[in-house]
Parts: sequence; C-alpha cells; structure tokens
Amino acid sequence: MSTMTQDQTAVHDDDHHHGAPKGIMRWLLTTNHKDIGTLYLWFSFIMFLTGGAMAMVIRAELFQPGLQLVEPNFFNQMTTVHGLIMVFGAVMPAFTGLANWLIPMMIGAPDMALPRMNNWSFWILPFAFAILLSSLFMEGGGPNFGWTFYAPLSTTYSPDSTALFVFSIHIMGISSIMGAINVIVTIVNLRAPGMTWMKLPLFVWTWLITAFLLIAVMPVLAGVVTMVLTDKFFGTSFFEAAGGGDPVMFQHIFWFFGHPEVYIMILPSFGIISAIVPAFSRKKLFGYASMVYATASIAILSFLVWAHHMFTTGMPVFAELFFMYCTMLIAVPTGVKVFNWVATMWRGSLTFETPMLFAVAFIILFTIGGFSGLMLAITPADFQYHDTYFVVAHFHYVLVTGAIFSIMAAAYYWLPKWTGHMYNERLGQWHFWCSVISVNVLFFPMHFLGLAGMPRRIPDYSIQFADINQIVSIGGFAFGLSQLIFLVLVIKCIRGGEKAPAKPWEGSEGLEWTLPSPAPYHSFTTPPEVK
Amino acid sequence: MTTKHQTYYVPSQSVWPIVGAIGLFFIAAGAGLFVQQMKSGASGGGYLLLLGIAVIVFMLVGWFSAVIKESTTGLYSAQMDRSFRQGMSWFIFSEVMFFAAFFGALFYARAIAVPWLGGASNNAMTHEILWPSFEAVWPLISTPDGTKTEAMPWTGLPLINTLILLTSSVTLHFAHISLEKAKRSAVVLWLGITILLGIGFVGLQVEEYRHAYQEMGLTLTSGIYGNTFFLLTGFHGMHVTLGTVFLLVLFFRVLKGHFTADKHFAFQAGSWYWHFVDVVWLCLFIFVYVL
Repeated sequence: MSTMTQDQTAVHDDDHHHGAPKGIMRWLLTTNHKDIGTLYLWFSFIMFLTGGAMAMVIRAELFQPGLQLVEPNFFNQMTTVHGLIMVFGAVMPAFTGLANWLIPMMIGAPDMALPRMNNWSFWILPFAFAILLSSLFMEGGGPNFGWTFYAPLSTTYSPDSTALFVFSIHIMGISSIMGAINVIVTIVNLRAPGMTWMKLPLFVWTWLITAFLLIAVMPVLAGVVTMVLTDKFFGTSFFEAAGGGDPVMFQHIFWFFGHPEVYIMILPSFGIISAIVPAFSRKKLFGYASMVYATASIAILSFLVWAHHMFTTGMPVFAELFFMYCTMLIAVPTGVKVFNWVATMWRGSLTFETPMLFAVAFIILFTIGGFSGLMLAITPADFQYHDTYFVVAHFHYVLVTGAIFSIMAAAYYWLPKWTGHMYNERLGQWHFWCSVISVNVLFFPMHFLGLAGMPRRIPDYSIQFADINQIVSIGGFAFGLSQLIFLVLVIKCIRGGEKAPAKPWEGSEGLEWTLPSPAPYHSFTTPPEVK
Repeated sequence: MTTKHQTYYVPSQSVWPIVGAIGLFFIAAGAGLFVQQMKSGASGGGYLLLLGIAVIVFMLVGWFSAVIKESTTGLYSAQMDRSFRQGMSWFIFSEVMFFAAFFGALFYARAIAVPWLGGASNNAMTHEILWPSFEAVWPLISTPDGTKTEAMPWTGLPLINTLILLTSSVTLHFAHISLEKAKRSAVVLWLGITILLGIGFVGLQVEEYRHAYQEMGLTLTSGIYGNTFFLLTGFHGMHVTLGTVFLLVLFFRVLKGHFTADKHFAFQAGSWYWHFVDVVWLCLFIFVYVL
C-alpha cells in the first residue's frame, strides 16, 4: 500500500500546472469533484444553521404556553421552512457533498463521471433556496402548510407564494436527480480495475442504492407539486372531492415519494458508520455481505410502506394491516445492521476519538428512533400517537441523532484527508459531549409530551405541558449553540493544525487513505490496481 | 502500466453550468411569479420566464457545441461513451417515474376516489350526506359538484395519432439501422420522415385539444377526468415536442457528418428518448382513451 502512495504522489508532482485555479471563478466554474464536494458541504452547513435558527424561533415560542413571540401564521411558516431546509437543504446536500468528495477517491476514479453536470447540480441549489426563502418576505407570507404540504392546506388555504414554493421544489428535485445519476454512473463505470462489487466500501454501496431511490422518487415529488400548482392556480381538482378527486390521494402520492425519501436520508449514514466503527475497533466489519443485502432490502421495502404515515385517514382495514406488517418487516434488515456494528466492536481494541464517539452515539440513539418507529407502525397504537410530539421525537431521533450525527462523524473522520490537518481533538470532544447531552434533553422528553397528547405544529399548548416544554426548549438552545463549536473547529482545522499523515487512523481501510493528506486536486488520474 | 487504460476525459473549468443555473433560476422565479400574478393581473414574471428560457437555450447550444467539439476531436474514450449512455438511461428512468405519478393519480381516482364518492367500500354515508345524486362512473362526465363534460372517444384523432407515433418509432429504427450500416442518405430519409410524423402528431393533438375545448366542453377544469386527461396528454405532448427538436438537431448533425457507424451516442440517446415517448403514448392510449 505504501508504494502506491508514492506512485500517486509522483504522478501529481509532474502535474502541478493542473492544480486548483484561483479566485471566485474556481468555485463558479469548477468541474472538480473535491471543489464541488466542498461547496455542497459548506452550503449544507449554512442551511443547517439557517434551519436551526428557525428551530430556535419555534422552541422560543414554545418555551411557555400562550402566544409569546410570534404570530401563529409565522409559527407555521417556521415549522414548514425549518423542515424543508433541513431535509432538502441540510441533510441531502451534506450527503451529496460527502459522495462527491469520497466516492471517486474510494473507487479509484479520476473524478465524477459527468463533471460539468456535477457543477450544475450544485449551483442550482442555492438559487432554489433563495426562491424559497424570499417567499417568506412576500405579501401573505411563505409556505405555512408543513413540510409535507398536505392538500387542502397547500391548495385551498395556502398563500399566493405557493407558486414559488412549487418551482423551488422542482429545482431541488432536478438537482437531486442529476446528482444521483452522476453517482450511479461513477460507481458503475469508473471503478478501478479489480474493484469488484463485493469489494466496494459500504459508503459507496449505500450511496449507489440511495441514488437509485432518488431517481425513482424525486420525479414523483415533482409530479405531486405540479398537481398542487394546478389545483391552486389552474382550477384542477386532483385533491378536491367536489371535482371527483381526493385530498387523501395527495397523501398517497406524497408519501410514495416521502417514505423512500427518509431512507435516502439514512442509508448513506449506514455507509459512514460502517466505515468508522471498524476503523476505531481495529477489526474488519462484521458481516459485509449481509450489510449490502440489508441495505438493498430496506430500499425495496421502502416502496411498500408509504401509507403507514396515513393510518388515520380511513383506509380499509386490509390496507392498514398490509402497511403495518410491511413496515415492521423493515426492522429485520435494520436490526441486522445494528447487530453487525455491535459485533464489529465486540472484542475490538476500541479507542474513542470524536468520529467514533459520534458513531457509537449514532448506533444507540438511532436505535431508539427505530424502536419508536416500530411503536408508530402498530396501527391501533398509531391512532393515539398520530400527529403528536411522539412523532416529532421519533423522526428527530432518526434524523438528528441519526443522519446529522453520522454526517458529523464523517466530517471528523475525513477532515484530515480533506484539509491536511488534524482537527483539535479536545474541541471535538467538547462538541460531542455538549451535543449528545443537549440533544437528548431536547428530544427525549418529547416522547412524553406526545404520549400525553400534545399535538405537533401548534404554537400554543395546554398548561400541563409547560414544564416539559421548558426543558425541551433549554435542550434545544444548548444543542443549537453546541454546533457553533463545530464551526470554530472546522475553520481552525482548515487554517492550520498538526499535519495529518496520509492515513491518520491506524485501523482505517480504503483507497482514499493511500492518497496524501490533503488529497491532491486530481486523485487517481491513473486508476490504481485493487487486489 | 499506465498505457493499459485510456485516460478518462475530465473537462477543465466550464462556464455553461453556472449559466444554466442562472437560467433555471430565472425560469423558476419567473414561472412562480407569473402564476402568482395571474390573479392580480400584474406582470413581470412572464418576462423573467422568457429571459430564463432564452438563457437556457443559449446554455444548451453552448454546452452541446463544446461536447460535440470534444467528441469530434477524439477526446472521448469508450468509457466516456458508456458514462453518457448510462446517464441517458437513468434520465429516461426518472422521466418514467414522473409519468408514473400522474398515472398513479389516474388509477387512484378511477379505482378508489370516484367509487368512494359514490358510496363504495364503507363510504355509504359520505355519498348520502355530501352528494347523494352523484353517480360513480368512468369517464367521470359529471362531477359531484355538477360540472358536466363529454368523454374523449379513442376512435378518430387519438387512433390516428397512435398509428403515427408507432410508425415513427419504426422509421426511426430504420434510420438507426441505416446509420449502423453507414448509409447516410437513408439515415437522412428515415430521420426526416420521423420528424415529419412527430410534427404531424403534435399538430393533430393541438386540433384534438381545440375540439375538446370548443365542441366537447372537456377542459382542464372539468373535474378529475379532464385533469388527468390534460395533464397526462399535455406532458406527453411536451415530451414529443422536445423529442422532435432533439431529432431535428440530430438531422442537421447527420447532414454535417458527425456520426459514424460505431460512434453515435447522441443519435442513440435521441432514439431511446423517442421510443420512450412512444411507449408512454401506448400506455396513455390504453388507460386514458380506450379503457
């Protein structure tokens, strides 16, 4: 392996004139997968802070019962745009950024397969969010119907700016589809010789399957927003019973997109955790093949479970049972994964650097989110939990302590490779402990609020929920502030710090560690041989 | 060792993606504002939309010229060709899923929403209380709130259009075979016929829409039947139009001698796209018109 590192360095020493161009044009015109990955990651972090600020508004309003700070309509806009930003602006672009940075290096490719389209998929995103955010300042306000934009809230009762919402979603969809096509083609077509399917790093496998899900369901989202647009502005009645349509049809089409979408936001996490846990356990991943098959099973099942979001809409009992059992089936492949991670750690020589801390927290806390998901999957029980804070607790456990924690873990794990410097471990540990404590103060009590019947998306609540809401809000502010530690850490790491060797983690495996740190501007112009 | 693999062409910086991003931004913001302003009668959005379309056309011409130049100067390897082919296939798959959303709406409305409004399953009271005189039939010629329309028969124009599109798929296939045998004049002939058939299809569809609006009272606002009819056939018609433009570009490229018997990705892509549009039409013809 060490000889290969030298080969690569030698190739790039001859190639100095191919280094990064300077100035703003480097970023606007780039076709380089690392530049585009960096753009995606910074964009997603900015969106994370923007969406986080909106969450702070929500938690400030809910600190006490009664209407305190904001109008109910503005509160609704905050919950809606917080959700949209975190899903489409923070989590998905962060994963695409990681895919851009890592997949070519992991499979020994020179770049992404379609580099110019790669640039296009990124640069349309900031414009889409500019449109979405600007609609907040228009007459009548921005989207206020929840990120799921159920009809008739998004049709009959929505503000005029819904047209802008629809077209911004279209652009986000185009961006995701192009990004996903690029990922699939890169993986299928640009693997180094000898990089056979069952030698692929799991991050690459999980992204391949995620990309397939993206191409399959983002067009369905485009279809359903188009129907919302025509229902609101062109007199159609897809979601209007008086014209022969059905508002419940909206939910079916939306969740046919929406359920695969939630796996789009977690499958790459599985890949990240499957890279980090073996590295810090200094063992091979337990059950590689079963991980691949489990990921594929989860993806297939994700197309058969959408209506578990709609148990209370009055579906026939047969449909309720079908969707309940299919949903529970997903616990099997997911359980295989959790078992494999734990088995990987079993009798490993473990150390707990920041990436590993986040990975271990992921395994525990994501599992809690998975279990509350099982509770929600039980149809009769769901009649009690539906649209309560229990649901909010559930999906924040899988998305914050799941998706976001894995993204944090990935950032810490690969930062030395990206920047050429080690991050400040002390600061990293502070970030982790502040985050993991505050996030549980924030989301765990929400389970109790939901079980006691507090509805979600309402700016006011009954007096008996006051104490727990106060605790939750304090956890929320603390979690938000903790993320600023991460910002400081990343900036410090880019500017300097201890020089990182090519392979800073002794247990890590994969082609990306055969490149020097920071990785050269063009990696693997000649494909490496994989044995 | 390095000679064993052809190098994969990674283009240096390119101005076209950011031009395209700005174009898409204008289109989305323009279309959004235009739709919003339809009610208030203000203007501005429409101009932004047109500007956006102009920028996108400019971008497409520039971007494709660059790619064609790279291709004709021999920068692309067989591996690059595979990337393009796979990319195009996945793009077509995404288009399939876009149409699937509207077919899904059609099936849901026919099989579930309309029968339930008529009291099927456990919805007897829905029917009794909301619209007791509503009759659940498909095509839904009378909506619950009383909008009346006529159903489009499958004979006549739709049948002629089906034959036209099926024929065009065959003629395009002949063009492709001729290209692979390097018979350029035959390619020009068959491709030309395909384009004429495409234009004929769009023309007849315009006539069909005029007939529906003016003589049958079948409009975009005539309930779920009209909604699914116009959105499905409308999006399909847009795809046929785009496909025809695509074929037209290919036609001029054939005249310029851009394609060879074994290297003609763009032709292949255009042909895949056309066949896909044809298959969508077959589904449309069966599920929207005949059944």
